[in-house]
Amino acid sequence: MTRPLLQVNNLSKRFGGFVALESIDLTVAPGERLGLIGPNGSGKSTLVNCLCGTLRNETGTVTFDGAPLEGLATHQRTRLGIARSFQLPRPFVSMTLADNIRVPLLYAGGRTKPQLGTAAIDQRCAELLGLVGLAAKAAQWPRDLTQVEMRKLELARALAADPKLLIADEAMAGLSHSEVEDILTLLVRLNENGITIILIEHIMRAVMSFSERLVVLVSGRKIADGPPLEVIADSQVERAYLGH
Amino acid sequence: MRSPVFFVVALAVGVLVFTACRLVHNDYVFVAGYTVVQYVVLATAWNILGGYCGYVNFGTAAFFALGAYSTVAIHKLVPLPLPLLLLVGGTVSGVVGLGTGYQTLRLRGAFFSIATLALAVVVQTLVTNWDFVGGSRGAYVLRPQTIAPLGNYVQYLFLTMLVLAVVAVTAARMIERSRLGNGFSAIRDDELAAEASGVPTLRLKLVATTLSGAFMGMAGAPFPYSVGYVDPASSFNLAYAVNSIAMPLIGGTTSWIGPLTGAILLGTIQQVATVTISSAVNLLIVGLLLVAFVIVAPNGIVGLVTAVLRRGSKP
Repeated sequence: MTRPLLQVNNLSKRFGGFVALESIDLTVAPGERLGLIGPNGSGKSTLVNCLCGTLRNETGTVTFDGAPLEGLATHQRTRLGIARSFQLPRPFVSMTLADNIRVPLLYAGGRTKPQLGTAAIDQRCAELLGLVGLAAKAAQWPRDLTQVEMRKLELARALAADPKLLIADEAMAGLSHSEVEDILTLLVRLNENGITIILIEHIMRAVMSFSERLVVLVSGRKIADGPPLEVIADSQVERAYLGH
Repeated sequence: MRSPVFFVVALAVGVLVFTACRLVHNDYVFVAGYTVVQYVVLATAWNILGGYCGYVNFGTAAFFALGAYSTVAIHKLVPLPLPLLLLVGGTVSGVVGLGTGYQTLRLRGAFFSIATLALAVVVQTLVTNWDFVGGSRGAYVLRPQTIAPLGNYVQYLFLTMLVLAVVAVTAARMIERSRLGNGFSAIRDDELAAEASGVPTLRLKLVATTLSGAFMGMAGAPFPYSVGYVDPASSFNLAYAVNSIAMPLIGGTTSWIGPLTGAILLGTIQQVATVTISSAVNLLIVGLLLVAFVIVAPNGIVGLVTAVLRRGSKP
């Protein structure tokens, strides 16, 4: 059996008296496409923040690619290969699109990977912007972008960190039908290139078509984990998540 | 332009300025020039943390005064040449900057600014109660009257500050164009996204506070020789904190040229006002200009010029 890329054991997180996550166990295999769903306030983003190091979990362990993540800052986890896109796009507003991509290219390698030269960085910037269809706008600023382009910039910036695991946090929120298809196609292509993806999404059509496995969180607890069709038919999921 | 070439060009401009001042045959030009160039260093130093990283420091006076009081303390023990005093002042302020950064950089926005303001109060209280450097009475520092080969020590002070300004501006320009500058900009724009992009934000902010503090301390080190008498009221003057913030804001915070422009413009206006009206109006001038720039050009002179050029280049 192959070693899991991400292993979460008994992870809990509280905000004062509020239990945001309770004893979460989760395993993600290399190359997997995992959908993570749950109603608002169910703890999805908190879980992402705990995985990425933005929040510290009170109990439990997270192991990534065989290495424990305890005590590692967000940038150190990024350098290990965990990249994320944000629920609300957070571009570097004073930088052009190319410069936005340049930041992870300059920093995400850390000291372990060889530092790219200027020409190689420029080339990689162009490649990544081309991959998400923003090559023509490399010299523009994020304020000139549409919502879907902003989402694509987020993904391109996450990819520039050369991740093994990409966590796409509601990367399709607020997009039209065709724009959702655009992003889905892109995510599938990335997965085919070997990147493991956790997709957090409310658009069920997108989640169902993308995910090989579905995990459902409700009130900070994992209530289902399995093949999408089985999970969605689960009466507990129907009751808690779909409301009937 | 590559940094070594820029440094040589900036140095040449500095030599030209110095030569032009000597042609005037009036020592007051050097006194006024010293003050303006001192503000170039302070504004550039403030901008490394405030402009590049987006962390507003209200404690400039503390770092400046630490440099000044390092000179007073060393002067009492063993008189050293001015360049060495600059290094000592810079080191002391740099170390305090590093320590302050370590203690406060988990604070953000207004909370960080309030902490730097508190630092100024704490350092001033310590200095006021430190008898060795004069305490609240202040201390006299007798500088040499002449120095070879320039002769006049006032000119030497101006030249020293001019060289320091060249070094500070060159360093700021280098940072701006480097990997470090890229990381600073990312922190300023969105710290969480920067961290998620692999930027070690805490480490970079510590570099910024150390560099910023060190340059402020170096700007303060010649101060006792410049004025001859140092007391807490003059070294921790509100003008240092206000000017070092206002000058980059008026010039533009995202580029090395902004603090330089702002400091020359505002510093010169203040010097002219000092001799024609009164030094009491200096802060009023800063206030009025800040209000005007916030309304007319919120991104400072550099932002205004860039916007005009961009508009002009569009077909």
